[in-house]
Amino acid sequence: MTKKAYYDHKIKRATQMLFYRHHMKPGVKGWELKNSLGSDYPKILKVLESYLEKLDLQIKTVFEGENPSGEPTLEDLNKARFYVTVRGGLPEKDAKMMGWRIDDLAGLAAAISYIVSKKGKANREEVEDLLRSKLPGWRVEINISRYIRSGYLGEDEHNQLYLDWRTRAEVDQKAMVKLLLLK
Amino acid sequence: MSKKEKLSVDHIQRVIELCKSVDEQGVDPFSLDIDEIITTLQQYFPELESPEEMAIDAEAVQCLASVIQNQGNWVKYRSTSLYTDPFLLEDKINRLKKEDFIEVFTKVWTPVIEMEQLSISYLAEAMKYWDSLVPIAERWQNDGPIEVQTGTITREELVRQKILVEKTFIEELVASWVQLKQKVGENRKILYWDFIGCDTFNETLDRAYMTSFLVTYGYATLELHPLDEEVFIIPFTEPRLEMSDRHLVSVPISISFDEWIRWKEEKLNDKKSLL
Repeated sequence: MTKKAYYDHKIKRATQMLFYRHHMKPGVKGWELKNSLGSDYPKILKVLESYLEKLDLQIKTVFEGENPSGEPTLEDLNKARFYVTVRGGLPEKDAKMMGWRIDDLAGLAAAISYIVSKKGKANREEVEDLLRSKLPGWRVEINISRYIRSGYLGEDEHNQLYLDWRTRAEVDQKAMVKLLLLK
Repeated sequence: MSKKEKLSVDHIQRVIELCKSVDEQGVDPFSLDIDEIITTLQQYFPELESPEEMAIDAEAVQCLASVIQNQGNWVKYRSTSLYTDPFLLEDKINRLKKEDFIEVFTKVWTPVIEMEQLSISYLAEAMKYWDSLVPIAERWQNDGPIEVQTGTITREELVRQKILVEKTFIEELVASWVQLKQKVGENRKILYWDFIGCDTFNETLDRAYMTSFLVTYGYATLELHPLDEEVFIIPFTEPRLEMSDRHLVSVPISISFDEWIRWKEEKLNDKKSLL
């Protein structure tokens, strides 16, 4: 097999693994990519990403725990989760196409910003009170449960809400805080 | 627990609750005076004696370590680029309209792409599974309660099924006592295992069970020879009911299957030697 054919085959395999849902959550773990593509899978992902860039898509890496300082090692990558996400932002009207009402999305944004302002954890009641100030009361609890089910927020045993895997994969928190402060 | 010890334990419990509020209710970890808490724990430590009190002290130290960790996380968070004055951010959140939130969020939101699709091979596997699946009516068969006709049963049948006993307990006890006296005969006493040992292990256990009551209720007594490792039972000619009023001492005697087997073998060997 030529080198090009080898990489073509690997890239196709990587595309299937990343785009198609295999588990409860989308995306794929680094070690799964390693098992399927070999330990040079970061190189294969880089090549794939160059194709995806033309489609305004990207491969996002979400590390287990804290982001490693400096260049991540192969071990860090093996434990991380890889997703394909949209590269640039979305027009507001397209959010509706993704199954989100404008109110619900606003509530999600407010909840995420509030949790960020509280250093990553906020009491569920406080978040509900915040949302109730701008959204109909009966929708607030439904929405928070939806955010938790979708993976944007998590709730621990002490009713503290925190930012869960989907927020870490989809939302640029730093940029969001900056934009909010500029408003 | 003395009054002083109770006060120490109460104070330590309050320290634990205070430390837990940092984790559970998001209280500012820097609002706790760690030095003062450590001094308090050191002050109460010499008064703690029981393992439960020590465990409470250990829990307090663990909770304190968690508070210090939270302080470390706070400093680490503050030093990252994500840090912003929380009051300013909170103020902004309260003042912004929902349209502003949408505008900001859609600029920073990059949703995950996920697709689901059936393949021919998986469909084929699913069809194979469907064909082999037993109908639900068969799988979830509910038999319901069985109708039973009412009838009669004799006392003998109840005794045979061990629902009723043939004799009362006292009758059984007296019968055992008579049996013991018959077996002892002219001798004053009999070896314990020679009396309780039977052809089956179950019968041996029953006999040992009744023997324990014979001794407890004053129908017989035990004679122990610890050096020879022998135990004798001595039946009384008349039950001594005053024995049950006196302070009794427990004598544990092991009745294991292995010991019964050993007794049986010894008895067989004795029989063979006589022949």
